[in-house]
Amino acid sequence: MQSKILLQQNFEIKGGDFINAGESSIKIRNILKDIGIDSDIIRRVAIVAYEAEMNVVMYARHGKMHLYVYSNKILLKIEDRGQGIKDIDLAMQPGYSTATEEMREMGFGAGMGLPNIKKNSDVFNINSTIREGTKLEIKINLNNKNG
Amino acid sequence: MTLDAIIKLLNAKFLVGPRDSIIDIKFAKASDLMSDVLAFSEPCSVADTILVTGLTNKQVVRTCEIAGVCAIVFVRGKNPPADTIKLAQNSKIPILVTKLKMFEACGTLYSNGIKGASSKKGK
Repeated sequence: MQSKILLQQNFEIKGGDFINAGESSIKIRNILKDIGIDSDIIRRVAIVAYEAEMNVVMYARHGKMHLYVYSNKILLKIEDRGQGIKDIDLAMQPGYSTATEEMREMGFGAGMGLPNIKKNSDVFNINSTIREGTKLEIKINLNNKNG
Repeated sequence: MTLDAIIKLLNAKFLVGPRDSIIDIKFAKASDLMSDVLAFSEPCSVADTILVTGLTNKQVVRTCEIAGVCAIVFVRGKNPPADTIKLAQNSKIPILVTKLKMFEACGTLYSNGIKGASSKKGK
């Protein structure tokens, strides 16, 4: 059953912008704090958003992140234009990474991003087309913390 | 344990001082990989965890904000770039710097009662 949208926000993410990477996720965290969402749910949404945002910064040219807050769930949609993921099963394996040295110097690219997004989601969907881009859809329930 | 007590134990100094003097650190995590800090982030409702790291870029501060870590110790005497300090000030995340190596800093904290953040699980 679809419940009413209480809040919707969109964020632009620029590929390769390591300086500002993470700002959208901090904004999302602050929005959820302001509307009084449970702190553990906020932590999970923020981790998902941050990992997804870093993936766009590291691997895509441009991306958009959409936040939807419903009365019973939080939905995050992230879509990017970029190289896409060749083998999603492989990318989902913890430790598998195609990161460059620059990404690793930032403390990322350890191959934990997608597995960590999935771990913190109640529902996780990923679609990717080579040389076009990747779409993620993540649902986190508000009434069932550990889903 | 207060941040002042940690300063004494690690012979450290504040680069960004705490706004809140009642921070009570009980747990620590140590990593130079921010992905791992996020991947092994435990549920927390209380600000009681410190990150020990040798990585000094802005993403360390952002990772702490996201993962609910309330203070940072930079080891090996590493001084962070100005934009890291500015972000930590804006985000109200205290930064300490010690000349101790990662292993020594962690060992000192552990032997003085600070537990690994993973021991929070099941609380």
